[in-house]
Amino acid sequence: MSVLIFADQFEGHIKKSSYEALSYGAKLAEMMGTSAEGLVLGTIKDDLSSLGKYGVNKIHHVNDASLDHLDAQQYAAVIADAVKQLQATVVVFSNNLSGKAVAPRLSARLKAGLVAGAVALPDLSNGFVVKKNVFSGKAFAQIAVKTDIKIVALNPNSYSITMVDGTAAINNLTISAGSPRVKITATNKVSGAVPLGEAELVISGGRGLKGPENWGLVEDLANLIGAATACSRAVADAHWRPHHEHVGQTGLAIAPNLYFAIGISGAIQHLAGVNRSKVIVVVNKDPEAPFFKAADYGIVGDAFEVMPKVIEAVRKLKGK
Amino acid sequence: MKILVCISKTPDTTAKIAFTDNNTKFATDGVQWIINPYDEWYALVRALELKEKDPATVLHLVTVGSADTEPIIRKALALGGDEAIRVNADSHDSYYIAAQIAEIARQGQYDLVFTGKETIDYNGSSIGGMVAELLDMPFISLAVKFELAGTTATVTREIEGGEEVAEVNLPMVVSCQKGVAEARIPNMRGIMAARTKPLKVVDPAAAETLTEIVSFTLPPAKAGVKLVPADNPEELVRLLHEEAKII
Ligand SMILES: Cc1cc2nc3c(=O)[nH]c(=O)nc-3n(C[C@H](O)[C@H](O)[C@H](O)COP(=O)(O)OP(=O)(O)OC[C@H]3O[C@@H](n4cnc5c(N)ncnc54)[C@H](O)[C@@H]3O)c2cc1C
Ligand SMILES: Nc1ncnc2c1ncn2[C@@H]1O[C@H](COP(=O)(O)O)[C@@H](O)[C@H]1O
Repeated sequence: MSVLIFADQFEGHIKKSSYEALSYGAKLAEMMGTSAEGLVLGTIKDDLSSLGKYGVNKIHHVNDASLDHLDAQQYAAVIADAVKQLQATVVVFSNNLSGKAVAPRLSARLKAGLVAGAVALPDLSNGFVVKKNVFSGKAFAQIAVKTDIKIVALNPNSYSITMVDGTAAINNLTISAGSPRVKITATNKVSGAVPLGEAELVISGGRGLKGPENWGLVEDLANLIGAATACSRAVADAHWRPHHEHVGQTGLAIAPNLYFAIGISGAIQHLAGVNRSKVIVVVNKDPEAPFFKAADYGIVGDAFEVMPKVIEAVRKLKGK
Repeated sequence: MKILVCISKTPDTTAKIAFTDNNTKFATDGVQWIINPYDEWYALVRALELKEKDPATVLHLVTVGSADTEPIIRKALALGGDEAIRVNADSHDSYYIAAQIAEIARQGQYDLVFTGKETIDYNGSSIGGMVAELLDMPFISLAVKFELAGTTATVTREIEGGEEVAEVNLPMVVSCQKGVAEARIPNMRGIMAARTKPLKVVDPAAAETLTEIVSFTLPPAKAGVKLVPADNPEELVRLLHEEAKII
């Protein structure tokens, strides 16, 4: 019996969303009175024993270069073997883009119930019941997992990373990986930028900004505080900004600590992607803009007058 | 080439979200139902484009749902596709639904199975991966581009902060999102044609359910917005720094 946490990597580095999954899994193991162990696939550049600081006792490493790139089929087969070998009873994933590819496959392979998009630790008082997001962030469902092995995919930014003193023991696990059936031919990373899905701070612009030439207002603030940039669908559709920045019901759903919306009306489909943000700030010249109902802080005013002053004040605060 | 597109029924994006029966059921009163946007706009349209390029392509739609999903699948047929299959079952367990789709896919020997990125009501983003596993096929999740040359697909998927391009030999399963295609509007001819297209109803295959919805909750209402006067934006920065402690 153990909680096995899949710690996902990109180019040899463990992703931040996996630190959340490790912290979550460690806490869950404590609640269940069992051990928390990580599972890492592929060639790694990071020091894996340092993952102990997220509360895991052990890291199982399948150090096989044929697992350097994600092939959901191959990953699910290897993880399933690890689950059996290690007799894990709970498997935790981050519900990031890799988790979404692999966790469902593992669920079907092991016939183990999956809660995808968990936002809190399970309630163990009556079985194994996990709270998850439904209706695109407009509600939650409590889902009971009925199988012996349980799989939880934790939404990014919904569980805080906790750190302890400790190092993890490394166990090299040998599992035949087979060969991938998916051949990766190119990887195009948007360099330098904070990936939107993982960002803690997000500055976002809407049609109220009038045109792409005014995005300096969004970018300057983002650069000052190390935030990612986002936009409404109307903006992405107008090709003012790249599509991967589009948040909302049909774009990316995010849950940063700060979502700062400039010139966005706050249509229900937009809110669906951002309403799990911890603090929402809205700058809009229309006091009736629906976004104010979902906001924590706001300024009713013209972005072109307000934002330069906001940026200046932040610059002063940051001493830049 | 045989393509199967998975179509699900979801409440309209503006539907009021409320629950009944002691918060165990979604309140459907007055709710407008639509084709799940990802299924309609991306999965189905990309499949239609593939069929337009190669008219010999057979394109089938599948939905797992009770009789009240029929208007939705007819609407999907109005956009295109040769026939639809409805598996007569009502379940919210992803594995159960995936098992039904996998059974249909197995019987029909499809080369390609398209799903949407996720349903906008249950947000599982799970069914594509499960179907792929049950069929022992490769799976590309969250595709933003899909190209086909013979029986080799070149699929671009979203990764954290970028994109990854992969080559995969068919058969395979792909979940589709924005970028794969541009949404279309059905025309009158399509709507008329859809009325006479076959809609087969089949009984579900035996399958387990692995999860169960215990209850629903609504998020707590926001305390209300704290407005800062437009002539003092510095105050907003102070609040974010000192009160919210966020910058
Ligand atoms: C099925 C469906 C799915 C959708 N999915 C999404 C989605 O995922 N994401 C999404 O964003 N949208 C989505 N939409 C579209 C959504 O309904 C809105 O149309 C869109 O969000 C509007 O974008 P916007 O707020 O930038 O533009 P607008 O609605 O045009 O709002 C612009 C705002 O800027 C304000 N403004 C104007 N000038 C200034 C100024 N000088 N200073 C300050 N404020 C100013 C205005 O008061 C207004 O509130 C979807 C729609 C449908 C039907
Ligand atoms: N009941 C269903 N019938 C047919 N296809 C479905 C059904 N539910 C979900 N799907 C497909 O699976 C995708 C992902 O759904 P989900 O895993 O529930 O988020 C959807 O976009 C649909 O393409």
